[in-house]
Amino acid sequence: MPPDPAITVAGRPFRRPRWKLLLAQNVGLALAVVMLILSLVIYCVIYVAAQHRLPGNFELTSTVNTTMPLAFASIAQTIVVLTRGIDLSVGGVVDLSNAVAAVKLGDSLGSEILWSLVVLVIGATCGLVNGLLVTLGRLQPILVTLATLSIYQGIAIRVLPQPGGQIPQNYTDAFASITGPWSLLYVIIVGVLWWAFRRSSLGVGVFAIGNDETAASANGVAVRRARILAYVLGGVFSAISGLFLAASATAGDATTGNTYTLTSIVAAVLGGVSLFGGRGNGVGAILGAFISTMIVNILFFAHINPLYQSFYEGLFLVLAVVLVGSVGRLMRKAM
Amino acid sequence: MTDAGHAALAGAPFIEGIGLSRAYGGVRALHNASLAVLPGEVHALVGENGAGKSTLIKVLGGRVRPDSGEIRLRGTSVSFSGPEAAHRVGVQTVFQELTLLPSLTVAENLFLSREPRSRLTHLIDRRAMGRRAEELLTGMGIDHIDPLAAVEDISLSERQLVEIVRAISHEPDILFLDEPTSSLVEREVVWLFEQIRRLRARGTAMVFTSHRWNEVRSIADRITVFRNGGDVGTFTDISEDDAVSLMTGRHVETLYPPVPALTASAPIALETHHLASAHLHDVSLQLHAGEILGVGGLAGHGHRALFFTLFGADRATSGTITVAGKQVSIRSPHDAMKRGVGIALVPEDRKTEGLLLRMSVRDNMTLAILRGRLSRMGFLRRAEEKRLSSDLSRQLRIKTAGPHIAVGSLSGGNQQKVLLGRWLLAEPRILLLYDVTRGVDVSTKAEIYALIHRLAAEGKAILFYSSDAEELAHLTHRVLVMREGRIAAALEGNAITAEAIVSAAVRDTSPASGRGTHAA
Ligand SMILES: Nc1ncnc2c1ncn2[C@@H]1O[C@H](COP(=O)(O)OP(=O)(O)O)[C@@H](O)[C@H]1O
Ligand SMILES: [Mg+2]
Repeated sequence: MPPDPAITVAGRPFRRPRWKLLLAQNVGLALAVVMLILSLVIYCVIYVAAQHRLPGNFELTSTVNTTMPLAFASIAQTIVVLTRGIDLSVGGVVDLSNAVAAVKLGDSLGSEILWSLVVLVIGATCGLVNGLLVTLGRLQPILVTLATLSIYQGIAIRVLPQPGGQIPQNYTDAFASITGPWSLLYVIIVGVLWWAFRRSSLGVGVFAIGNDETAASANGVAVRRARILAYVLGGVFSAISGLFLAASATAGDATTGNTYTLTSIVAAVLGGVSLFGGRGNGVGAILGAFISTMIVNILFFAHINPLYQSFYEGLFLVLAVVLVGSVGRLMRKAM
Repeated sequence: MTDAGHAALAGAPFIEGIGLSRAYGGVRALHNASLAVLPGEVHALVGENGAGKSTLIKVLGGRVRPDSGEIRLRGTSVSFSGPEAAHRVGVQTVFQELTLLPSLTVAENLFLSREPRSRLTHLIDRRAMGRRAEELLTGMGIDHIDPLAAVEDISLSERQLVEIVRAISHEPDILFLDEPTSSLVEREVVWLFEQIRRLRARGTAMVFTSHRWNEVRSIADRITVFRNGGDVGTFTDISEDDAVSLMTGRHVETLYPPVPALTASAPIALETHHLASAHLHDVSLQLHAGEILGVGGLAGHGHRALFFTLFGADRATSGTITVAGKQVSIRSPHDAMKRGVGIALVPEDRKTEGLLLRMSVRDNMTLAILRGRLSRMGFLRRAEEKRLSSDLSRQLRIKTAGPHIAVGSLSGGNQQKVLLGRWLLAEPRILLLYDVTRGVDVSTKAEIYALIHRLAAEGKAILFYSSDAEELAHLTHRVLVMREGRIAAALEGNAITAEAIVSAAVRDTSPASGRGTHAA
């Protein structure tokens, strides 16, 4: 565009500093970092008080391994929530993928790769069903995924009626090694994938429809395609979550995944993802998953009566949500 | 007045709507409406709120399908499956409701679905996108908007600018602008008109709507008047009076009723002494019961701060406020509305600052008195609520199918009346009216003026800010002109003219800040 002698429109002559703008856009993520650090510090203090030494490699490794399934489930949830939807079927897909892995994974590398891929395809199919019902059936996401949650759980029980099955040792070593927190590598991979997602048409589309569906479509965003694919991706990440769960548990159970429906929502919210859609970050959701785990760890070492554990978890969640909301508002006001 | 029939004009129309109709439920938003837009012309659409201007623009912009009628683009019949289809053939629209995505950045919005890609990965190159957005904005003279800011973090007028820049950046052959100036301040309007002239010189056809006659007069080559969903004539030259009578069947002289007489002994209702804050400097004023005190000046010179401080939505750093002789402390709107103070504020931006769009007319009207007059031991007096709200709807002549209808579906002027109604129910002694007629059509303006005068005659004290100097001049007893947060001039009696207000507002400031009224 050639420069032209147009009048300048300095309504407000000064721009706000960039860091303020970027912080305002990433308040949720920034707060998740702060909460994670805080919870780590509190954990260490309580741990030292109880055990008279610092937590070491073992604690770190087990924290990472127990968090990985939740981290992937919360990514799945985040992608769908960004479209202003919700995926209650996350738990069902985790169950199903977990059950299939436990029943089918063979000892050979070929079998492991093949069946892992099959599980991902199953996850994608589950997501596709959700996406089609929501998009073409024009049904509410909460109803659709509530129904498919039961369906996927039912199929999982059919596949693996009793807890059991066997996960090959090398599979566990690859995804939930007990020798060290190597699984953090997958967090980095997911971070990179998220970076790419945010720079793809699909990613922009997902954020756009979460903001304003009509405006998005008026500007050439393929709304239906983006929404369906968001559910498909959600299904895939739920399936990955099931695989990590199988790897760390070394056996299958078609019911352990149920809790991930709710915990994935909690982790996403802790990570700064807005349930109103259009705002959030996958990396934040992963941090949210780690914060959730740390809260459980803290409660454990603080010798909280397990009966009250969920009470305190709820309390922390409310505090965190209030914090995220009010700090975000204050930030915007202060700009 | 010359009625320029299509045949008399040189050049074939770029885009043409012929006999377009569109109904929403029982409402005929558009009825057998036609419009022909010529290459390189600026075509103004004028008409009251609800006349169908926006619906016509939505139909021609591809956002709404007509029930019947034809759209011709360069002589061939077309039908748009959506705005994007219109974009592909060079038709861009800035709709009245903005279509930016709030949580995305300005740059992302500007380049949505045509983002620059990295050659290697084919992923969106956000850095290049930011750079190109920066070039685009500064190339058009906008250097105060950061392309990396989220749209939700910039002001309403900045969003409007971004939306306009986006439409222009597609280099359209035809550009529709639906009330583009309603959220812009003077210098931004000057900027917009500069852009429009530049595009016109390039041969772009443009259609815009506005409720401000001086804008229409200064930039439009032709004017089409709309009434009740259809066009009632296209003109190259028409006086405001004639246009208004075509739009409404009312004559413009009757727009401003005579100002009611002031009683000399009227007590002082509101007084400020040396009020100061970040945007206010040493503001002292007196407002009497029954008086309409105008406040004028260019946008951004402290009016808003004054009104919001008096209403408790902003804080003063020093100075005092006295109501009916007693010093009061107003730290929140709740304080302002308290018995014994009785200050109400009707803001300009009814959508974001006043109304709950999804709630009914009735609920919106009675919101301010729910805990007061309408409550009996904590319970709501439903019958009383119904009676009050339907009386008021009748009194204010609010056009709606009933008080249970959601406010969001009313036209702009009627929404404003609902908001006025809310504060009338609260029975304030002092009314702060902040640019209440902005974006409101002529008939409704006339009704609002009459209402203001009636309220003053009843003894209410009214502080009235308007961005329209003409309106201030005709409606008030006195006018205070603000500049840089101070009262720069006080005009009284015959000294109150639109020219005097404007000249007091711009004195000592840069000449570019007046509104451009010179013909192109
Ligand atoms: N989406 C809609 N649903 C219902 N009624 C509508 C809708 N859009 C417009 N209308 C009605 O159609 C009429 C024309 O509206 P509009 O085209 O917005 O008028 P204008 O832009 O001239 O003010 C109004 O009576 C309005 O209430
Ligand atoms: Mg309109």
